[in-house]
Amino acid sequence: MTSRLSAIALNTFREAVRDRVLYNLIIFVFLLVASAPLFSQISIDVERLILVNVGLSAISLFGVIIAIFIGIGLVSKEIEKRTLYTILSRPVRRWEFIAGKYCGLMMTLLVNAALMTVGFMIAVMITSHGLKAQDMHLLVAVYFTVLEFMVVTALTLLFSSFSSPIFSAILSFSLFAIGTFSLDLRNFAASAHGITKMFALAAAYLVPNLASLNVIAQVAHDQPVGGALVLYNTLYTVLYSAAVTAGAVLIFERRNLK
Amino acid sequence: MHAIEIQDLSKDYAVGFWKKTLRPALKGLSLTVESGETFGFLGPNGAGKTTTLKLLMGIIFPTAGSATVLGKSVHDPEVKKRIGFLPEQPYFYDYLSAPELLSYYAQLSGVPPAGRKERINSLLERVGLGDVGNKQLRKFSKGMLQRVGIAQAIVHEPEVVFLDEPMSGLDPLGRHEIREMIQGLKDAGKTIFFSTHILSDAEALCDRVAVIHKGELRGVGVVNDLRAATGGTSEVIWQNAQVLTAVSSLVMEPHVSADTVRVTVSRENLDPLLEKLRQQSATLISVTPLHGTLEDYFLSKTSEPEKEGAAV
Ligand SMILES: Nc1ncnc2c1ncn2[C@@H]1O[C@H](COP(=O)(O)OP(=O)(O)O)[C@@H](O)[C@H]1O
Ligand SMILES: [Mg+2]
Repeated sequence: MTSRLSAIALNTFREAVRDRVLYNLIIFVFLLVASAPLFSQISIDVERLILVNVGLSAISLFGVIIAIFIGIGLVSKEIEKRTLYTILSRPVRRWEFIAGKYCGLMMTLLVNAALMTVGFMIAVMITSHGLKAQDMHLLVAVYFTVLEFMVVTALTLLFSSFSSPIFSAILSFSLFAIGTFSLDLRNFAASAHGITKMFALAAAYLVPNLASLNVIAQVAHDQPVGGALVLYNTLYTVLYSAAVTAGAVLIFERRNLK
Repeated sequence: MHAIEIQDLSKDYAVGFWKKTLRPALKGLSLTVESGETFGFLGPNGAGKTTTLKLLMGIIFPTAGSATVLGKSVHDPEVKKRIGFLPEQPYFYDYLSAPELLSYYAQLSGVPPAGRKERINSLLERVGLGDVGNKQLRKFSKGMLQRVGIAQAIVHEPEVVFLDEPMSGLDPLGRHEIREMIQGLKDAGKTIFFSTHILSDAEALCDRVAVIHKGELRGVGVVNDLRAATGGTSEVIWQNAQVLTAVSSLVMEPHVSADTVRVTVSRENLDPLLEKLRQQSATLISVTPLHGTLEDYFLSKTSEPEKEGAAV
């Protein structure tokens, strides 16, 4: 089982690496991060604030874009090009295929985020003339971003297991956008009444809680991130993405492939 | 135990915008294929050949009926370790090289890492791709891809090999090479199930054939029997026009041009005619069976009206 799953994951990773789009994005982010210090000549503090905001947001946004654009094709491309025939005629369970694809894309995103983080940390070091203890929190923010990738990848895979690539992309981006404002939804649910409250509550808990995964503004102002939040986010992400991926598997298991 | 056993297998595709209309593509197919047999699955385009193979590979699910391969469900991973499949007009991950692709598939089929590399190299050698190196598959010709296709179907040394139209879309040389490869598998004792609409390929390779048309099985037969039953005539050409009078009772439609004679001869009269020609020292130019005999069988089976009550 593990050898088949890892073979599928590695092949997914290899495809992404051999796809030049990925390199373009990485280069773009490097340019962005490198040019951030030019924004401000006012003071080191403002400069750093901008750099952290821009850098971390870019790592998150580019990762999410890659997750969605590769994610929507992970299953549909293999169906469309019929490469799946040569996979499913082997002793590969359908859930292994989905899980392998998930891991492969996560691997891609991790490597991508790691490269960007290295570039980002170097930029931070240059602007602040060295690293401080608080800069550890920047890495916590990056960790949360990776958790965000896990959620978005799972959702994209779920959508792509039953709908067309374009529709999957629309659904994924919408849910990403709504998820970013999930706190507002929860607040609304708390203040609503009756049937509206029920619907708002249901929506608030179904929609991914991406808001609590975003601590960029906080760390940009050198505010620490609590251990409780790290634990909560980790557990939440593992459970949420496992449930969503299980849904994708359930749909895919029953599917007749063209 | 049969190598392949198909029982009352039916498949309706849901078509239309709301997927409400059902279009039957396979109607109650029952077939058995014995171990070691080379079985040809014949039918015109749209007959339901690919549908049957996809059902046998567990890629789609039947509307009714069932199928077993090597005595077990087609969804059993243990069975899938022992079968190989070449899809119709296959496409492979074009960013990989041939050794990378085969290594990936070998891993998925559970080929142990020890000796995997050697196995892949010798396999590439065997399908005539020994010199491709690390070239990506996107640079491969159609014929080369089909060879990669055969290689991926047998990389794990399966007992039963399923091939969907393995020769279609290839030039005559490519077809010949694929035919040789299938013959090699046959000689190695594999059970082979292949679909085709090219009759001469089936005739050259198969022990038995089935004819399917509009999703219905129209006939199953041993190739040699079919050949005998349809009793093909042959065209014989020789040089030496004088001999014609001596054999005129044996032949039909004689045509003479200069010293060359072309005649049609029935199956029974072929041997006596050749005997006479030899006695008279005529120079034999060619003996050609007229009409592929399977073709007659095929045409007679596909022109029959649909069976009563078979349609849903
Ligand atoms: N995914 C599908 N959806 C709807 N109809 C299909 C699908 N695949 C095949 N068909 C139809 O089923 C019939 C049999 O197709 P197929 O099995 O591909 O035939 P063959 O391989 O013998 O050419 C055809 O009429 C074809 O149009
Ligand atoms: Mg077909």
